[in-house]
Amino acid sequence: MTVEGLCQNNDLTLIAGANGLQREIEGIYIGDMLSWVMGRAQEKQLWITIQTNLNILAVALMADISCIVVVEDADIPHETIKKANDEGIPLFQSSLTAYELAIKLTGADVL
Amino acid sequence: MLLREFYTPKDLAEQISSTNSDGVVTIQRAYAVEKNDFKRAGEVSSQIKKIMKQVGVRPDIIRRVSVAAYEAEMNIIIHSDGGSIEFILNPEIIELVILDRGPGIADIQLAMKEGYSTASKDVRELGFGAGMGLPNMKRCSDEFVIESEVGKFTKLQIIFHQST
Repeated sequence: MTVEGLCQNNDLTLIAGANGLQREIEGIYIGDMLSWVMGRAQEKQLWITIQTNLNILAVALMADISCIVVVEDADIPHETIKKANDEGIPLFQSSLTAYELAIKLTGADVL
Repeated sequence: MLLREFYTPKDLAEQISSTNSDGVVTIQRAYAVEKNDFKRAGEVSSQIKKIMKQVGVRPDIIRRVSVAAYEAEMNIIIHSDGGSIEFILNPEIIELVILDRGPGIADIQLAMKEGYSTASKDVRELGFGAGMGLPNMKRCSDEFVIESEVGKFTKLQIIFHQST
């Protein structure tokens, strides 16, 4: 499915990067250590994290991650939102935990 | 060994494209990376990725080079007193040469071990310091050479074969 399909999901709010909604999603990766994510996440995966600093966009960009979901309503700095818009990488926010969200997305056939 | 001078910010995005007698084009760029410059972190690797896309490098190779370039860029920002990333692209290979001034690495074998990190608490809170930087770079590459002198420098030479 494409990232656009997630916009109908009530657990997710699109914060930035609407110009990247046509990106394909193939699976989910969860992690908060940036280098670990860079080394292990596969391209086109949806990335669930509680990290919100600017560098998450660089990681997503380099590793060809399709979109980022910041969980547990972690505060997202303005500069991160701006960068997501500049790079066209969809950035969502969710109040759920990474675990809860992954279960729900799996049920919704994102995997 | 290290007779070349370090790049300064004014050299940023300095570009040398040359064509040899056989018509083979080489793209060469050199970028300065500053210590603790977290705001601009990832800019050099983004530029390198853009060049590879424009030239039409194979997507899986673009990804491997991009990941290595980002890890190298972050290592300079986090661990060194500043340095440079040189990017060389020709039809056979892509090469990254990363050189920094700084503390160097006392035990390279230990530094290459997954999970080993000397990153500070502040840097770890940003999500760095997983101890995966050097191992990631090596895994992404076809050839990986690291040399370092404590108190002076660290130099990485990372080569990617375009034919593989």
